[in-house]
Amino acid sequence: MSTLTGTPPRTGPTLSTVVAQPRPLRLLRHSLALAKRSLIKTWRTPEALIDVTLQPVLFLVIFVYVFGGAVAGSTHDYLQYLLPGILAQTIATGCIAIGVNLNTDIAKGIFDRFRSLPVPRSAPLVGAVFGDVVRYVIVTVSTLAIGYLLGFRVESGPVQALAGCLLAVLFALCLSWLPVYVGMKVRTPGAVQGVMFALIMPLSFASNVFVAAGTLPGWMQAVVTVNPLTHLVTAMRGLFLGTPVGNHVWWTLLWCAGFVAVFMPLALRAYRRRV
Amino acid sequence: MIEAEGLVKSFGRTRALQGVDLAVPQGTVLGVLGPNGAGKTTAVRILSTLLVPDAGTARINGLDVVRQAERVRQSIGLTGQYASVDEDLTGRQNLELFGTLLELGRAGARRRAAELLDWFDLAAAANRPAKTYSGGMRRRLDLAASLVGSPDVIFLDEPTTGLDPAKREDMWDVVRSLVTNGATVLLTTQYLEEADALADAITVIDHGRVIAHDTPDGLKRIVGGQTLEVRPTDPAQLAPTAAILSRVGSGAPADEIRRGVLAVPVADDSALTESVARLAAAGIAVTELSLHLPSLDEVFFTLTGRTAADDDTTRTEVAA
Repeated sequence: MSTLTGTPPRTGPTLSTVVAQPRPLRLLRHSLALAKRSLIKTWRTPEALIDVTLQPVLFLVIFVYVFGGAVAGSTHDYLQYLLPGILAQTIATGCIAIGVNLNTDIAKGIFDRFRSLPVPRSAPLVGAVFGDVVRYVIVTVSTLAIGYLLGFRVESGPVQALAGCLLAVLFALCLSWLPVYVGMKVRTPGAVQGVMFALIMPLSFASNVFVAAGTLPGWMQAVVTVNPLTHLVTAMRGLFLGTPVGNHVWWTLLWCAGFVAVFMPLALRAYRRRV
Repeated sequence: MIEAEGLVKSFGRTRALQGVDLAVPQGTVLGVLGPNGAGKTTAVRILSTLLVPDAGTARINGLDVVRQAERVRQSIGLTGQYASVDEDLTGRQNLELFGTLLELGRAGARRRAAELLDWFDLAAAANRPAKTYSGGMRRRLDLAASLVGSPDVIFLDEPTTGLDPAKREDMWDVVRSLVTNGATVLLTTQYLEEADALADAITVIDHGRVIAHDTPDGLKRIVGGQTLEVRPTDPAQLAPTAAILSRVGSGAPADEIRRGVLAVPVADDSALTESVARLAAAGIAVTELSLHLPSLDEVFFTLTGRTAADDDTTRTEVAA
């Protein structure tokens, strides 16, 4: 370190300007800067995407070619029915990673650094959630691509199909506050995985992802009807296949708002207590 | 400027701080010395706004760390066991991220990152992920990250623990040039040697309480100052060497502290050159000749009557 003979450069910011800015704007900008950090990490570790890209392939192939004939009479009909459901299921399980990652991050000390900077306290969590949008887009695109290879076709139009994809990504974005909350509460990354799997698995099977609700016993139908994934799947089927959407888009948006309203404050509070 | 009065903090039944006062005047270095679990890190975390104290107050440049935390964060830099960098990001990406968060703007953040990478001799590794860095490079990046906002109060929590002696001295040079530049530094350490090399004043903490506060020289007077150790090449020369040392030293030379090594307490550094001259005049060749400060253990033994290691075991039992 022979270069250390001089004085350290001190061309710092004029800090008085920092406080003057409105809070929400700062939160947004800082969150975006931190989202970029998540993006770089995703880019550097593409193997972390394997679970969410491989899972829909396995589910599609197994369910379409094993159960397709029995459930829907033909594999093609079942693929048309199943793909929106598998997309919803994959995006819901894809959320789990954010809780696991944040739980790992907190143990490492980088969050202490963020908290010692004049950065809004919630920015690291909001940034991590924003940063995951790219993951969800990758999941959506790859699932649709595999579907197309297997013979899935959009029967509505490009605008409706795009709306369906956006709805799925928005749902994931809002639902991810639940794993973020679990990630703040639970002690180890493994436990986050376990808790989230126990929540998401029943959610995705007790829905109309695989079969229509009409074939189920009454009590189960009641569960399926209120399940947020059912609303998402029905809305997406309508948007992809041109079937009636009903008010399922609105129900889905309502659930999205609910996830954020409940789990975001809980997660932020747990974060403040944790670190 | 750092001022803290009566800081108290408990974690469950563990009383980490039981009323700690600290004062660091502008442009000086305070060394906070203590064994593991003494409360050093808790004190730093309170002063750097990461923890809220149960009682007591602390101010950084006159700003309260609890009520004006947001403004305190604009003038502090934190480096330590806990405040870290992102291992998946490159050195440059880390520094640019912190620059953006500190409102330097895109160009400003880029320029500041380049300056610091240069200054810390990390320019060649700037585009490698931080997880590929060596221990010394990691510490330098950690420190660079805490300097992005040009803070005038800097907390260094055990900045050299785990570094080899050469790397440790490099880090000391960095700290010295920060102070030359007007920074106020609070440094925690387990090494009396480090506090002596860098600090204008030393506060010794034990069990969450301040047990001594003095200048390095004052503290050395309390705990017995330095020891000169000499190993004559020829073991037959031990007796004449001891005779010379008794004239140089401020006390009687101890018997062989290790096989073939004599030790004598000395008043100051001049004893080193004086003994070299006298040994040379007497024609006695030596293979080892060095000055030692008392270890943390000895400091603790003098101040508390217990060793720092004993202290560790008691704490573990309390925690368990």
